[in-house]
Amino acid sequence: MVLVAALLVPATAGADLLTPEAGPTENAVKTDTLYKIVLFIGLAVIGLVWAALFFTLFRYRARRGRVATQITGNTALELGWTIGAGAIVVAITIITYVFLPDIRDPAASGPASVAEARGQSAAVNQPPPSDDKGLEIQVSGQQYLWRYQYPNGTFSFHEMVVPRDQTVLLKIKANDVVHSWWIPKLGGKMDAVPGYTNETWFKATRNGVFDGQCAEFCGANHPYMTAKVRVVDPAEYQQWVERQKQLIAEGQRLAQEQRREIEAETAP
Amino acid sequence: MATPEYAAREPEIILHGEVGQGRAGWIDWVTTTDHKKIGILYLFTTAFFFLVGGLEALLMRIQLGSPDNTFLDPTTYSQLFTLHGTTMIFMVVVPVAAGFGNFLVPLMIGARDMAFPRLNMLSWWLLVSGGAVLYGSIFWEAPSAGWTSYAPLSGAGFLGGHGIDAWILGLHLVGISSILGAINFIATIHNMRAPGMTLSRMPLFVWTILVYSYLILLALSSFAATLAMLLIDRNFDGTFFDPTQGGDPMLWQHLFWFMGHPEVYIMVLPAFGIVSEVIPVFARKPIFGYKAMAASVAAIAFLGVMVWAHHMFATPLPLGVLGFFMVASFAVAVPTGIKIFNWIGTLWRGSIEFRVPLLFAVGLVAQFALGGMTGVMLAVFPVDWQLTDSYFVVAHMHHVLFGGSAFGIIAGLYYWFPKMSGRMLSEGLGKLSFWLMVIGFNVTFLAQYSAGLSGMPRRVSEYSGSGLTEYNVISTVGSFVLAAGALVTIYNVVRSIRKGRRAGPDPWLANGLEWFTPSPPPQHNFDVIPTVRSLQPMKDIRRSIQEREAALTVQADVTEPPSKQPEPIP
Repeated sequence: MVLVAALLVPATAGADLLTPEAGPTENAVKTDTLYKIVLFIGLAVIGLVWAALFFTLFRYRARRGRVATQITGNTALELGWTIGAGAIVVAITIITYVFLPDIRDPAASGPASVAEARGQSAAVNQPPPSDDKGLEIQVSGQQYLWRYQYPNGTFSFHEMVVPRDQTVLLKIKANDVVHSWWIPKLGGKMDAVPGYTNETWFKATRNGVFDGQCAEFCGANHPYMTAKVRVVDPAEYQQWVERQKQLIAEGQRLAQEQRREIEAETAP
Repeated sequence: MATPEYAAREPEIILHGEVGQGRAGWIDWVTTTDHKKIGILYLFTTAFFFLVGGLEALLMRIQLGSPDNTFLDPTTYSQLFTLHGTTMIFMVVVPVAAGFGNFLVPLMIGARDMAFPRLNMLSWWLLVSGGAVLYGSIFWEAPSAGWTSYAPLSGAGFLGGHGIDAWILGLHLVGISSILGAINFIATIHNMRAPGMTLSRMPLFVWTILVYSYLILLALSSFAATLAMLLIDRNFDGTFFDPTQGGDPMLWQHLFWFMGHPEVYIMVLPAFGIVSEVIPVFARKPIFGYKAMAASVAAIAFLGVMVWAHHMFATPLPLGVLGFFMVASFAVAVPTGIKIFNWIGTLWRGSIEFRVPLLFAVGLVAQFALGGMTGVMLAVFPVDWQLTDSYFVVAHMHHVLFGGSAFGIIAGLYYWFPKMSGRMLSEGLGKLSFWLMVIGFNVTFLAQYSAGLSGMPRRVSEYSGSGLTEYNVISTVGSFVLAAGALVTIYNVVRSIRKGRRAGPDPWLANGLEWFTPSPPPQHNFDVIPTVRSLQPMKDIRRSIQEREAALTVQADVTEPPSKQPEPIP
């Protein structure tokens, strides 16, 4: 009763009382579904165990005249629940592998987004090229910032901008210590381990801003190592890329100017 | 030295030198080789560190009690969770089992002491030294890489100073303490059992201590090497875990969890053992499925050393590896389920007396079941990608280690305190403590499951509103209720040591040989080592005493057969 009460008290706090966050991407939705199936199996088992336990405690409480029955075991019963427990975990294993491909393997990009993301013109409904690998972004974790390197030469920090309906493949690396990439609404986390490249993906079907933060303790300022993914229209993505390129070029030009000035000042 | 007189009165005593005889009180305590005194020293030491670790937890809960709080700065916070985890695991839950084991194993198996009494004392001294080194660091710089101290963060390049070095040295000392203790338990249990006590008549608590000891040998000796590698990396230009020099951070994670996961069973199996002792006594029934219970302890330990990488599902590991560790982790659920069902089977058709030890034992069964269930959910690796390193994991781990281990340990405290001190703990205070702890514990940690599901990672000192505030406020309130419950038990112990009702040798009408001795037991434990004929030797002894008394009153001149039954202690 206490447990149920404690579960229900924060019921108004958020929609995700008992389930993980799931945003508009197939992998997160499928993870959520798999989680719910396992949760329901688990709750059924737990309900059974608690019912048996509390019923027994109530029914066989010590009272005048009650004598405990001296039983030491029951082989059939014991075999039964051993096999039962085994069957449940086999079932969960099978269910997991049924769901695994949808969670792990990147989906194909939407046709329009592929074309637009590549800056090509293509007829709507034209199937994506068979060699389509989606938009590959290098994600690098460092104390305490995420850096994103895009295939078209541009890069950004903290905020990742991606086109809608485009499969985004993330190659996750770390420059110093272990970090973990996690945008809860866009699927599970993947650790960034120095010396390794980890992979995950998402394909957002709706525009929006999705927040997350580093999930592996990476030093004192770990709580402030946040990340943001902004999903926009494919056209807007192209504009953003162009603008980002200009900003980077401008920034580099300014930096070079400054360097020249400093060198001029410090020159003998 | 008063030995001769004592020995003359009790000719059968085997005395271990003259230690502990005729010395001033505190000197006697710190130089004793008596397993019971060492056991009590262990229990007081772990109680002290439990208070320290609990205080650290409360400070963290205050910090998280409101969003964007500035009560603690991030560095202090990271030091607190490092010390909290390290303390509770290495300084509390592992050695508390050694404390109960020390006091009880020789009594339960009908021995006069542990196999190596001096080694036993050394173990305690090493534990205290390890704790002193770990906490000595706070006067310079406390360790701050978490109890897992993942490389390369724990390397000298990222955390200079000597906090991590103190952590390494402290854990080395505590580890050696545990290993020596484990050797002692193994030697004692294999060689010093009373006549008739075969392995299949051994109390389940002793079974769990035996398995606990083997797991410690395996896990902590490997961990000693792991710590030495980190020490070399930090201080002697080693590159085991440094990726810039060809080392591998994944190596640390594998080696750490190769200790870290068996460590979970090291912490939980003795609590299972306590529950398996308590439930039959208060249900007035023998344990249900004794052999399955003993076998499942061994099975959990065996499977438990093959599941370490389920802590690493989000790292770059091949899919086949993930699948193996998922299935292996599931497999642990089967023997664990057997234990839970057998405990319910023990209660079934019993005559259940709701004394405080039973309440805490049943608390373990109910709460560990939930912790086990969330453990299965975490073992589903695609789901784990969403849940790992979030507050869901924090909640799961506390459901297993607090709702499980700690509740079992407190059940053991209420159950054996009369044997240790000769006095009963207050039932009323015990029940108050139980309900405060059950409510406080579940409110604290059920809210944390939801915080994790809503996207809160673990080990963050701050969070911004966005739906996390409510869960954290609830959790903080719960943690203070939990702390109040724990304080009631501590007050109960302090009060009952002097003022508790006298217990007598066998206040619960229990089953184990430990109840055959007076409370507290004399240094030599038994005047006569009894012969064991069943799983419940004390029940046999009580019955034979009753039969004899009945025979004596009815027929004073009855000629008894030459008795192999032990005489009751006057």
